[in-house]
Amino acid sequence: MNDPLSSVVATQEMMLPGGWEMVVGLEVHVELATKTKLFSGSPNRFGDEPNTNIDPVTLGLPGALPVLNRQAVELAMRIGIALNCRIQPCIFHRKNYFYPDMPKAYQISQYDIPLNIDGFLVLPSGTRIGVERAHLEEDTGKSTHVGGATGRIRGSDYSLIDFNRAGVPLVEIVSRPDIRTSEQAKEYVSELRAILEVIGASDAKMEEGSMRCDANVSVHKPGTLFGTRCEIKNVNSIRALGRAIDYEALRQIDILDNGGTIRQETRHWDDAEGRTHTLRIKEDADDYRYFPEPDLVPLDPDQAWIQSVKNNLPMLPAARRTALSELTGYDTRSEAVIVIVERAQHDYVRSVVSAGGDAVRALIYVQQSFADQGPNPSIPAGDIAVLTLLERDGKLSATQVKTVLAEIVANGGGDAAAIAAAKGFEAMDNSAVEAMVDEAIAADPSAWAKYLAGDEKASGAIVGRVMKASKGKADGKVVAASMQSRRDS
Amino acid sequence: MATIPTTALDIARAIAQQKISAREVIEHHLSVIDARESEIHAFNLVTISQARAHADAIDADIAAGRPVGPLAGVPIALKDNMCTHNIETTCSSRILEGWKPPYDATVVSRLRTAGAIMIGKTNLDEFAMGSSTENSAFGPTRNPRDISRVPGGSSGGSAAAVAAGFAPVSLGSDTGGSIRQPAALCGVVGVKPTYGLVSRYGLVAYASSLDQIGPFATTVSDAALITEVIAGHDPMDSTSIPLPSPSLQEAVTAGVVGMRIGRVTDLPGGAEPEVIARLDAAFAVLEAAGAIIVDVQLPTLSYALTAYYLIAPAEASSNLARYDGVRYGLRVPANDTNAMYGATRAAGFGDEVKRRIMLGTYALSAGYYDAYYGKALKVRRLIAQDFDRAYEQADVILTPTSPVVAFPFGDKVDDPMSMYLCDIYTIPTNLAGHPAMSVPFGTGAHGMPVGIQVLAPALAEHAMFRVGGALELATLGGSR
Repeated sequence: MNDPLSSVVATQEMMLPGGWEMVVGLEVHVELATKTKLFSGSPNRFGDEPNTNIDPVTLGLPGALPVLNRQAVELAMRIGIALNCRIQPCIFHRKNYFYPDMPKAYQISQYDIPLNIDGFLVLPSGTRIGVERAHLEEDTGKSTHVGGATGRIRGSDYSLIDFNRAGVPLVEIVSRPDIRTSEQAKEYVSELRAILEVIGASDAKMEEGSMRCDANVSVHKPGTLFGTRCEIKNVNSIRALGRAIDYEALRQIDILDNGGTIRQETRHWDDAEGRTHTLRIKEDADDYRYFPEPDLVPLDPDQAWIQSVKNNLPMLPAARRTALSELTGYDTRSEAVIVIVERAQHDYVRSVVSAGGDAVRALIYVQQSFADQGPNPSIPAGDIAVLTLLERDGKLSATQVKTVLAEIVANGGGDAAAIAAAKGFEAMDNSAVEAMVDEAIAADPSAWAKYLAGDEKASGAIVGRVMKASKGKADGKVVAASMQSRRDS
Repeated sequence: MATIPTTALDIARAIAQQKISAREVIEHHLSVIDARESEIHAFNLVTISQARAHADAIDADIAAGRPVGPLAGVPIALKDNMCTHNIETTCSSRILEGWKPPYDATVVSRLRTAGAIMIGKTNLDEFAMGSSTENSAFGPTRNPRDISRVPGGSSGGSAAAVAAGFAPVSLGSDTGGSIRQPAALCGVVGVKPTYGLVSRYGLVAYASSLDQIGPFATTVSDAALITEVIAGHDPMDSTSIPLPSPSLQEAVTAGVVGMRIGRVTDLPGGAEPEVIARLDAAFAVLEAAGAIIVDVQLPTLSYALTAYYLIAPAEASSNLARYDGVRYGLRVPANDTNAMYGATRAAGFGDEVKRRIMLGTYALSAGYYDAYYGKALKVRRLIAQDFDRAYEQADVILTPTSPVVAFPFGDKVDDPMSMYLCDIYTIPTNLAGHPAMSVPFGTGAHGMPVGIQVLAPALAEHAMFRVGGALELATLGGSR
C-alpha cells in the first residue's frame, strides 16, 4: 500500500515552478484569555472605552513594578502541554526599543530561556511540524495614526494611543521551518487555533487581532541549504496567510531565476493589492539589548502544578477527530471530521448518536447545516436523531431531509416527522408507531383481548395510550392500520 | 512652648502622652527649615500645608482617644524619587519636573499608616546617580556641618535634612552607597537593608537589582524603628522577600559580647589616614565591649566598582528609556517621533545621567554583552561568594563607609572616576544584596564626620544593629 498521506497531500503542490521548494516557519502571537493583564490587575478585555483598563504598571509609570499573573502562566503551560513541549524553569528578559505605544520603552518577554520548548504539532493531514518554543510576553498598546496617506506613523497628523491592550498577556508560538506549502501553513494555523480554543487559552480570532501570524518564507532547491528568508507581517486571516506565502515564494523565485539574490528583510503584506513590500531591511533592525528583567524573579513551575494542568486539559482536536472517526467510521483526515472538530461540534454529534441517531448522518447534517451554531447548538439533539432515522429507514428522501433539517435549524428544533407530515412528505415513522402499539398492548392486555375478540370500541383504549405516549403526534390512521393488521395476521 | 525632642522615638512618645502636639512638632521643624533651608537646600519641596493638616488630624485622633501608629506625629522627609500621590516627584530631573504620581509608593503608605508626617521631598543627584548631590537639576544641597562642602549623595538632601534638624528622620535610596555615604559625610546614621526587605514599589528605578530604600536618623534606635515600619513583604514587588518585618529595636542595646567582627585584610586602599584611624578605633571599642576581631579576606572586592559601573548603567539605560516625552514629564516638540525623543531626552537629562545611559546602552549592545554586562554579572556572583566565605568566620564586617570625608563643591564633579571611587566600600554590599549601615564615629580631616560601615549577611539586620548600637554607645561616652 502507498503512503496513506499521499491521497491527502497533493504532492504537486509541494513543488513550485523550476523545482523550487518553499520553506516556511510561523510565529504566531495569541492573546491569552485571562481575567487580568500579565503584570497588573487591570482587566484584560477587548473593546472597552480606550484607556480605561490601565494602572501605573500598565502605563509604565515611574516606580511601578510588574507582578506575574498566575493564570497567564497556567494558560501558557496548557499551550505548551497541548503542543507537546517541555515545560522548563525560565526567566523573563527586557526587549528594549522605543515606540510610542510601548509605555516602558521595553517589552517584558522571554528570550533564551522560555517556558515551553521543543514541541510539535501533528497536522490533520498527518504532517508533523516542530514547535521550537512558546513563550510568555506582554502586548503593547494600540496606535491609531490619523491623517496622512498610509495610516502609519510617518506622515500622519497625529496619533492616538489606547493602552488597554498594553500588558495583555501573549504567548508567542514559534514553529520550526518545517512547513513546505501554503496549504500546510493554513492547516497549521487552523489546527493551532482549534487547539487554543479547545484548551481555553485564547479566543484566537485573527480578525480581532487576538491571534497574529508572521511568516518566515524562503525558497530553495530540495537537497540544498535553505535560502535567505523574509519575514511577512500584517497577515490578518488564514486565507491571507496562504496568499501571502504563495506570493512571497513566487517573488523570491522570480528574483533567483533572474540571477538576483534575496535580501533578508521584513515585508508587509498588502491584502488589497495582493503583494508584499519592504518594511525594513535587516541592517536597520533594532538591537534590542535583551537582558534579564531585574524586577521579576525566575519562574519555576513545580511538578505538581504542571501535572494538575496536564490532568485538567480537555481532549485535544486530534483526539477528538480520532473519537469522531471511531464513532462514524469516517477517516480522521476527512473534511467532515476536520470541520466538525474545528467548530468544536463533535460533542453535539455524539449527543445525537446518544439520542439514538445514526452516526454518519448526524456528522453530515451537522457539517452541512450547523456552520453558524457554534460549539453548543441549541437544537435538541433528539430532534436531529429522529431525522437521521427517518432518512436511514427510507422514510424521507435526501432532498426532503434537507428541507426538514433547514426548518428544524431555523426554528431551533422541531419534530421531524410532524414537519415532514405538514409538508406532505411520507414522514411517518411506522417503526416508532409499531413500538408504541406494542407497549400499549402490553400495558392493557384486557382491552387488546376484547379488540381481538371483535370489540371495536376497545380499540379506543389502545389508540389513546399510543397517542399519549407519542404526545399526540402519532397518526391515528397508522395506529389503527397497525392494530388491524395484527388482528388480521 | 515645650521643648521638642530630637529623636523620632522621643517625639512619638511625647505626642502619644500628649506632652506636646503633633502640630507643635511640625511647627518647630518648619521653623528650623525656615531658618536654614535657604543655605542648605535639602528640599525640592516642603509640603507645609499637607504636613500641618496631617498633624492636626493626628492631634484630633489622640484627643479623641483613637489608636495611632508608632510614628504618630513624627515628621519625615522623603527622597524625591519616591512616588507620593498628587505631590510632585521629580528625581531632581528636568524630565520629570511637574509630574505628580497618581499613587503612593508602598513605603509612603506604610509610613502614613504608622502616623508619620511627610514634611517634604528631598534633593538628590538626578535619578540617584552621583555621590555629592551636585548632579541635581535644581542645584546642589550643602552639608549642614560645613556649607562649603558636599553632603554626599545621591540621597544628599535626606542626609542633610536630618543633620540640619529639618526632620528627625528621612528616607533615602541606596543603589551603590547612596544612603550610607551621605550619612557618613553628614554625620548621621544611614541604613541600607537587605535587598528585598523593603518594597521598591513606587521607588523610581535607577538600577532595579541594586536599589533599596532605607532610613536616615540621628540615632541607631530611630533607624531601627523606621526600618521596622517600612520593611516586610509587599505583593506589589516581585523581588520583595516574603517575610514579615523583623524586630530590630532591642538589638540596638543588646551589646556585642561574643560577636565576631571581621576586619578586611585586603581592603582596597585610598582611604584618608584619619578615616583609617577611626576604623581602628571602632575595632578597639568593639573589642573592649566583648567582641572578637577576626581577619577576613574579600579578594574580589577591588573588581566591585567596575562591575557596578556596568550593571547599574545597563539597568538604568533600560529603566530611564520610558522618559520619552510621550506620556508625562517634559516634551520638546520636534518634526517626528524620533526627533522628539532625542530633543526631549537631550534637554531633560543632565550630563551624568546621559553618561550612564550611554555606558549602559553600550554594555548591553549586541556583540558587547558578554564582554561587559555578562562578565560583570560573573564578578557579582564571585563577590557574593567572597562574602559567603567571609561570613563563615565573622558575624559582621567593619569598613569605613567612605574613603574620604565631605569634600568641597567642585572637587570631583568634573572627574567622574574620582567621584565613583567615593563608593568603593559601599558598592560591594549592593552587588551582594546584603544589608549595611553607616554609623557616625567621630571626625576626620577638617573636623568633618567619619562614618563606620557595618556589613552583615542577608537578613542579618539584627546583628548589624547590635554592632551599630555598640559603636553609637561609645561615641556617647558609654551612656545612653
